[in-house]
Amino acid sequence: MLRVQNLTKIYEGGVLALDNVNFEVPRGQFLAVIGLSGSGKSTLLRCINRLIEPTSGKVLWNEVDVTAASEEELRLIRRKIGMVFQHFNLVHRSSVLTNVLAGRLGYVNPAWSIINRFPKEDVEKAMKQLARVGIAEKANQRADELSGGQQQRVGIARALMQDPAMILADEPVASLDPVLAHSIMQYLELINKEDGVTVLCSLHFLDLVHRYAHRVIALNEGKLVFDGLPEEIDDNRFKEIYGKDAERVG
Amino acid sequence: MNKKPSIFKSLRLGLIVLFCLIVYAYGFQVTQVSFKEISSQRRQESLTRVLRALARPDLIEYKQEETIIKTSIYVPCPESEIPSIEIDKSKPYLVLTPACSEPRKQIQIEGYNFTPKSDGSLYFIPPSEVNLNLGTFTADEKGYFSVMVKVPPRPDTAVQYIHAVSLQRTGSPILTQTAKDTWGKIVETVFLALLATTLGVIFSVPISFFAARNLMKEVTSTISALSLSILGWPVGIAIGVIVTRWVNNQSDILLNNSWLALLLIIVLCAVIWFIVRWALPQEETQRPKFTLRVVRLITLGISGIMAIMIAIVAAKLTMKAGVSIISPLGVFGFLGTFLSNMGEIIKTIMPLAVGIAVGALVSNMFGKAGKLLYLRINPSLHLIANFILGGLAGATVFITISFLINWFYQINDPFKIYTIPGLIGALCGVALAMWSRKQDAIPTGMAIYYITRTLLNATRAIEALIWVIIFVVWVGIGPFAGVMALSLHTVAALAKLYSEQVESILPGPLEAVRSTGATRLQMIIYSVIPQIIPPYISFTMYRWDINVRMSTIIGFAGGGGIGFLLYQNINLMNYRAASAQMLAIAIVVALMDYLSSYMREKVV
Ligand SMILES: Nc1ncnc2c1ncn2[C@@H]1O[C@H](COP(=O)(O)OP(=O)(O)O)[C@@H](O)[C@H]1O
Ligand SMILES: [Mg+2]
Repeated sequence: MLRVQNLTKIYEGGVLALDNVNFEVPRGQFLAVIGLSGSGKSTLLRCINRLIEPTSGKVLWNEVDVTAASEEELRLIRRKIGMVFQHFNLVHRSSVLTNVLAGRLGYVNPAWSIINRFPKEDVEKAMKQLARVGIAEKANQRADELSGGQQQRVGIARALMQDPAMILADEPVASLDPVLAHSIMQYLELINKEDGVTVLCSLHFLDLVHRYAHRVIALNEGKLVFDGLPEEIDDNRFKEIYGKDAERVG
Repeated sequence: MNKKPSIFKSLRLGLIVLFCLIVYAYGFQVTQVSFKEISSQRRQESLTRVLRALARPDLIEYKQEETIIKTSIYVPCPESEIPSIEIDKSKPYLVLTPACSEPRKQIQIEGYNFTPKSDGSLYFIPPSEVNLNLGTFTADEKGYFSVMVKVPPRPDTAVQYIHAVSLQRTGSPILTQTAKDTWGKIVETVFLALLATTLGVIFSVPISFFAARNLMKEVTSTISALSLSILGWPVGIAIGVIVTRWVNNQSDILLNNSWLALLLIIVLCAVIWFIVRWALPQEETQRPKFTLRVVRLITLGISGIMAIMIAIVAAKLTMKAGVSIISPLGVFGFLGTFLSNMGEIIKTIMPLAVGIAVGALVSNMFGKAGKLLYLRINPSLHLIANFILGGLAGATVFITISFLINWFYQINDPFKIYTIPGLIGALCGVALAMWSRKQDAIPTGMAIYYITRTLLNATRAIEALIWVIIFVVWVGIGPFAGVMALSLHTVAALAKLYSEQVESILPGPLEAVRSTGATRLQMIIYSVIPQIIPPYISFTMYRWDINVRMSTIIGFAGGGGIGFLLYQNINLMNYRAASAQMLAIAIVVALMDYLSSYMREKVV
């Protein structure tokens, strides 16, 4: 159970990116976060695992106050929260396998990982995750030699290595073409269904929201303007979320 | 409307032109630009002489053979007829016109059948058999020459002689001594640059992380953690140095038998391996119990002492072994010297290195303890704890600084160097504690960042050529001083270039690794380092290139390398030798330039 309470983020320049946001996500839910670009979706997802330090408000995860955690505790919280990014964020010059193993860094002993030694079980696990997303044969290739869709699958495998209880996906398919988008979304859906992992996924296209999400929240200029089922987004709601001039396509 | 501004504009332009004129006129004055000097006859002659010498680098010479061709001459002309001499026209011979002469008269000397294009000298040989130089000659393609010479004032009734000493090159060209010296020094130069670059890289890579804003920005700490880590440094350094000294003394007993020492090293290595495997499990999902962690810490400490023991014993063994293989290895004896030097270096820097390592470790542990302190103690005590710790840490920092200042100025008044700075420091610490009540408030990272940057900039501002003067005082004239000076400058310059590369890495992968729960060190290893390897290699090559250039002149200030030779030869006005060295520099620098751009292309 994730609870976000009165979350506010004001950036250094004075931009109000999140304005008193409140919502709850029960365990195992697939929650879509929608909104125009610049509405604060990325900021929200990053405030949850404190990649961005919130200005005020609380994030409670399984009744643990993430916002008050010490650096050590935060590492233990983060390792249970996988993250998938719009631009994949792989380390280009490292191998696919190393990128996937990086998902294990919160677990392994720092002393050993410094000399690039991972337990045998972790390497096996990494190969298994790569097989799960269908690119086992690419393990020893350099990450930047892969296509966009393949890179995002590596990103998912990396998140899976964390044995996550929750995945934060920040526009995971925005840089991919529609066909690939569905295949990536299906992996997230699978993880959500099979492993019971809570998924928070920011999305651009409403059809993807309808197809994959259990529930939607919408942000507009940092304010939570909608919280409900995907079906509930009618034309009025749509204009509220995306502005008066927005046209609904598809 | 528009007129006024345009007048103003042209007035301003006029003023700017006038100002520039004055600047350049003054520039001429202070730099003593003088075209009169340039065009003076004397200057031009010496310039010509030097340029011609430079055009003929002293690199190769030939073994030369002298042949002496003689002919007789009467000075003055005898009353009787001159006895005619038979001439063998198949061999070189001389013809004098006229065949006899009064002293101080001009006569023509012609030579036939000489070795084509050979040089030689002409001598007048009176009966006393001294050689009076008449001048030189150069034979043409047919082996003929003709020169006018003045007969010396040596009248005699007896027959006198003229010798033409012809020099012929025999055999193949051989290298001159200058060429050999130049070769030796240019090798020294290249290795000087290599060592300086290597040392520079070793130190500048870690420093560059401290000088990277994007990594340091996030490093903040509470006043208690900061104070405790500051207090941890002296404690750790003291422990490290004392333990190393103790181990060093103990190790002497073991070294009586080299084989036993070697066996000991192997056994200790194995023991450490097992301890480390046990005390640092690769992966733990549960946080271990407190007692277990303490036991682990103690065993790790013991294995640390064993590691120090290994290092010291190994260093001493290496020294011994190195010395003993110098003579058996013959030409490769330098390998033995290298080994013994390495052993010596390790032995010498051990206390310092261990001190710093343990200092960092203890400081880190104290810092963590400081963070725990906040969680454990009653919040009402936070402020008091902060005041005490902040005061202590402030006093420590200030006393350390004033101790250093005292070393320079020798004030030696304990009240001035300990009490006053201690009090001021304590006050500053307390003030800082008051100012930052909030948790995680002090931007320690940015403080370190600015301190590192300032030190780097200051070091870099002083050229290696100037640093070498200081190092010459310390380690004496020679390439070692040059290595030290160049290394220091390299550290400063490379750390800056490197840190800029760290600052320009993609933030995405860093964010991704951070989100997995990685520690800061893991983030650097898994996300920063892979991204900076290509630019680091390319900057290292670039720096080596610069260092080769620098090491060619570092000898001007006593830093060894080819510059030393060049400087001497220029001062001795030995321009042909200087030219050989300049040529060598040009070749090496050009080669280096080519090699570095080739390698950069390959790796990036
Ligand atoms: N690092 C930052 N510094 C200042 N302003 C930022 C920063 N990151 C994002 N913002 C601003 O915060 C707002 C929300 O941004 P973001 O969370 O990236 O929105 P979204 O992901 O929905 O496009 C935007 O107005 C953006 O300009
Ligand atoms: Mg975004």
